[in-house]
Amino acid sequence: MARKLKLRIWRGNSTDGGLQDVVVDANEGEVVLDVIHRVQADQMNDLAVRWNCKAGKCGSCSMEINGKPRLACMTRVASFEEDETITLTPLRAFPVIKDLVTDVSFNYKKAMEIPAYEAPAELKAGEARMAQVDVERSQEFRKCIECFLCQDTCHVIRDHEENKKSFAGPRFFIRIAELDMHPLDMLRNRKQKAQEEHGLGMCNITKCCTEVCPEHIRITDNAIIPMKERVVDVKYDPARWLGSKIRKRDGIL
Amino acid sequence: MATGVFSGGRAKIAEKTLRTDRWWLQPALTVFVLLSFIVYATFRAFENAHYFAEPLISPFYSPCLSDACVKGSSLLGRPFGIFHVFGATFSPSLFILIFPLGFRMTCYYYRKAYYRAFWMSPPACAVAEPHAKYTGETRSPLILQNAHRWFFYAGLVFNVILSVDAILAFRNPDKQWGHMSIGTLVLLANATFLWLYSASCHTCRHTIGGRLRNFSKHPVRYKLWTYVSILNHKHQNFAWVSLFGVALCDLYVRQVSAGSITNLYFF
Amino acid sequence: MSNSLERYKYDIVVIGAGGAGLRAAVEAREAGLRVAIICKSLFGKAHTVMAEGGVAASMGNVNDSDNWMVHFRDTMRGGKFLNHYRMAELHAKEAPERVWELEMWGALFDRTKEGKISQRNFGGHEYPRLAHVGDRTGLELIRTMQQRIVALQQKDARDHGDAESFIKVFAELTVTDILKDNGKVSGAYGYWRESGKEVLFEAPAVILATGGVGKTFKITSNSWEGTGDGHALALKAGGNLVDMEFLQFHPTGMVWPPSVRGLLVTESVRGDGGVLTNTDGIRFMFNYIPDVFKDKYADNEAEADRWYTDQANNRRPPELLPRDEVARAINSEVKAGRGTEHGGVFLDVSKRLPADVIKKKLPSMWHQFYELAGVDITKEAMEVGPTCHYVMGGVEVDPDSAAAVGVPGLFAAGEVAGGMHGSNRLGGNSLSDLLVFGRRAGIGAVDYVKGGAANPVSETSIHTAQEKIEKPFKQEGGENPYALHQELQEVAHNLIGIIRTKSEIEEAISKIAQIRQRAANVTVGGERLFNPGFHLIFDLDNMLLVAESTAKSALLREESRGGHTRDDFPGMNATWRQVNHISSFDGNQVNVKQQSLPSMPKELFDLFDIHELEKYMTSEEIAKGGSN
Repeated sequence: MARKLKLRIWRGNSTDGGLQDVVVDANEGEVVLDVIHRVQADQMNDLAVRWNCKAGKCGSCSMEINGKPRLACMTRVASFEEDETITLTPLRAFPVIKDLVTDVSFNYKKAMEIPAYEAPAELKAGEARMAQVDVERSQEFRKCIECFLCQDTCHVIRDHEENKKSFAGPRFFIRIAELDMHPLDMLRNRKQKAQEEHGLGMCNITKCCTEVCPEHIRITDNAIIPMKERVVDVKYDPARWLGSKIRKRDGIL
Repeated sequence: MATGVFSGGRAKIAEKTLRTDRWWLQPALTVFVLLSFIVYATFRAFENAHYFAEPLISPFYSPCLSDACVKGSSLLGRPFGIFHVFGATFSPSLFILIFPLGFRMTCYYYRKAYYRAFWMSPPACAVAEPHAKYTGETRSPLILQNAHRWFFYAGLVFNVILSVDAILAFRNPDKQWGHMSIGTLVLLANATFLWLYSASCHTCRHTIGGRLRNFSKHPVRYKLWTYVSILNHKHQNFAWVSLFGVALCDLYVRQVSAGSITNLYFF
Repeated sequence: MSNSLERYKYDIVVIGAGGAGLRAAVEAREAGLRVAIICKSLFGKAHTVMAEGGVAASMGNVNDSDNWMVHFRDTMRGGKFLNHYRMAELHAKEAPERVWELEMWGALFDRTKEGKISQRNFGGHEYPRLAHVGDRTGLELIRTMQQRIVALQQKDARDHGDAESFIKVFAELTVTDILKDNGKVSGAYGYWRESGKEVLFEAPAVILATGGVGKTFKITSNSWEGTGDGHALALKAGGNLVDMEFLQFHPTGMVWPPSVRGLLVTESVRGDGGVLTNTDGIRFMFNYIPDVFKDKYADNEAEADRWYTDQANNRRPPELLPRDEVARAINSEVKAGRGTEHGGVFLDVSKRLPADVIKKKLPSMWHQFYELAGVDITKEAMEVGPTCHYVMGGVEVDPDSAAAVGVPGLFAAGEVAGGMHGSNRLGGNSLSDLLVFGRRAGIGAVDYVKGGAANPVSETSIHTAQEKIEKPFKQEGGENPYALHQELQEVAHNLIGIIRTKSEIEEAISKIAQIRQRAANVTVGGERLFNPGFHLIFDLDNMLLVAESTAKSALLREESRGGHTRDDFPGMNATWRQVNHISSFDGNQVNVKQQSLPSMPKELFDLFDIHELEKYMTSEEIAKGGSN
């Protein structure tokens, strides 16, 4: 039942590091995180790895497994070939702290830049009425567990450090979409801000964010592209722009 | 200066990617198929011949709008005269191909496909791209991608015309109604694929209902939006199927028109 | 050393960034105070995300017969009347407002047809009461609170030029000591998990919101963070823990395959039609309906099955009995040899509902088991058994202010606080508990800080805290913290787990003492930079204190009630209902004393049917009819 698993783990810090080979026992039904824990307990007591729930719900154990951004707790050992070496590295879009742990503070800075939900001023607690069909789109985006795999895989910042200052990334595009589609949100300039401040235009919709999302949120199709279309409505479509000036259309701008 | 995955502070790893799967296969296939189509379409656009065989017309030449068009092929008249460029007759195909081309060039799916395959930006997920700088679609010319909706509207006009062409194909070469040939099926299939491609388009989804904040106040548009959303899941498939459809449809008409094959009539 | 020490001054330090901690921080900030929020992991990853079922609040959106009094009754009944009545009362009264408040901050709950917040049925709740978002309500709650904190920081950035001028989140920081000077809290001491660098917080008030203790046990639904930090910090600061013998073993945790071991199968699986069977294929729960529940639960399959479609005219299926009853039933089946080879029973929803309905009603359940272990719950039964889920016991607090008894300046809210849930917590009551008492702890700390003078930290306090952190690196050739942790988990799980007896508990007490001695000589390799072995040393120390409190309280309580089951004392005893067990720490060991439970005032007493109370209370108590 148990098999010998070959791992190649990146160990190091922000100045230096490299891949180290280890062999570890793996049991049926285990995930990569289980095996990392075994390495940690038996062979490398000080191997740094972030994790929490081990159930794919908290988004802590993000790393790159054979070069792909993944959650270690959601990657089954059985999904690899019998004699395959599994390479584990930290996320490569962010600065490394130690071993498999990276500094993801970029994402918390970006979170701070997205204006919060603004409830209608006259609305009293308990009086909100929203139809299920009106909250469903935003609910999809609120499934996000903030694993930041989408941020890690996005080439706009992964391959271009200099873009980090002007690009919020897929995780925050779904946040913007969530709020722009929220039936009661009062802030009406989210589209403009998305384009002008958060770098929506930098996205070339190559969909890697959608490919890596462990929650299967359809980031590109359901959030980014609809936001791009909404931006066209307010910025690049003269007919819509004119229409909006003539009469304030219900629930659109 | 090192940037991207080799930036200072990031984990020191020499490889541009550690992916072990055949990540290059998808972009390579895309390049091959798209290039093949471009070569074929260019050849056909400039060939300026074999695009009409009563009652069939090639989608590359419909509606044929210039005086250069062969007799019977101009559904909407001939507003344009004959142009000559470097001594050659300007192909009437070129008046119209720009629109479907524009629609596909600005399509959200094709953008993904060619940005990855041709621009290598990125070639595949978590594979470092070769460019030193990247600005996305924020400036000219790529900011023009935002014109997708205009090409979508234009595409709808062409869908109507090609649908009419398909209906007209229920005639025999003597323009008598009530007949049907393999060509009829080919034109019908082509029109159907194009409608599916347009209906599944992201701009269509936005226009039909996506732009609304409150679905509950617009039940009909919401219903339509849910249908379009289902199609939208398959937009990639429709993009390819309709591309092959147009090329094969043109090829069929060409072969019939050139006399290489006979358009077989069922009745 | 203290020259280079990183120092911060705040009005209030909140330890723990789950629902309770964040709710407390919001309250404190809104009152104008400066708050530090400390979390062991990244911001937004707290164990609150794991709560699936929902948040219980008697809004009456689905059934308007519901109100706080019904909720209060259900809570007391669930806790077998060992709850602190005042906490249960405040909780039931304030929960609806707390839920509506979340909505004002951007939470998007599932809706009813009228557009109100939808509420679902849950074990032990008389009416549909749990506001929910699919089965990821905890995530919604934590994200909403997190975004509320960000919103307040954005406002501070506009008003004061610095987003962190009033609230700062210290992520990945472990607190090792609550500092006390002049008999009152003066701050907290800890270290950055990333760098190992030490940090001093000077603050007159500290709010503990550290959650649970599950990692003390071998099979648990808790994440690595559930190591009883707040429980131990309170003990070491001179506070008390109340009723630490009461631990909730969730009846249906996955026992197989290993990658999902310990993970919960939410009660909604049973609420939506899932049934429990043993290896003989018998739906055994009908054999385990206690007398007190006979009139509320169906005693035959036909009626139970009708309940799903007609709840007005049928009694509910016994699969929806309170958790402890279900846990006990499963344990009995397994012990009788009718369990699976991995020590569980089968929970099957696949034969009861079509696959697409299961996926729609239980999306993350399906997703989780399919992705983690290749188990498709729409096609096969799950293998489930009891897993350590929640600790009812916790820091003894004043119900209204959440102030820890005996330690001025210390507050506790959420799972780390005791009393609210009595001997057993109802599903859905933990998320509402976080919100209600998180807010109250915030208010309590604000009032305390505003009413008192500064209490500077002394150099002696700092020095003592520093020595403790440096020790593991100075020793050589000692014990491996991972090995000790595993030993402790085995002892806790086997000897003071779901079913207990005198001899086993006594064995546990002596083994825990031995492990504690060895833990004093623990050493760690490597350096301070993000070193998990180093981190575990402090967690281990905390878990040892928790296990000792649990074992010693469990030994004293000679009855079975809620989350405490004694094989040698299987019945519930009305005299024992009047007793709380209070654990304290003298620096060497945990001591447990008995204290009488505050009795309900008449107006609460009168909310119950007297015949129901007779099942729980002594005849003298019934005759008295409540205090005053």
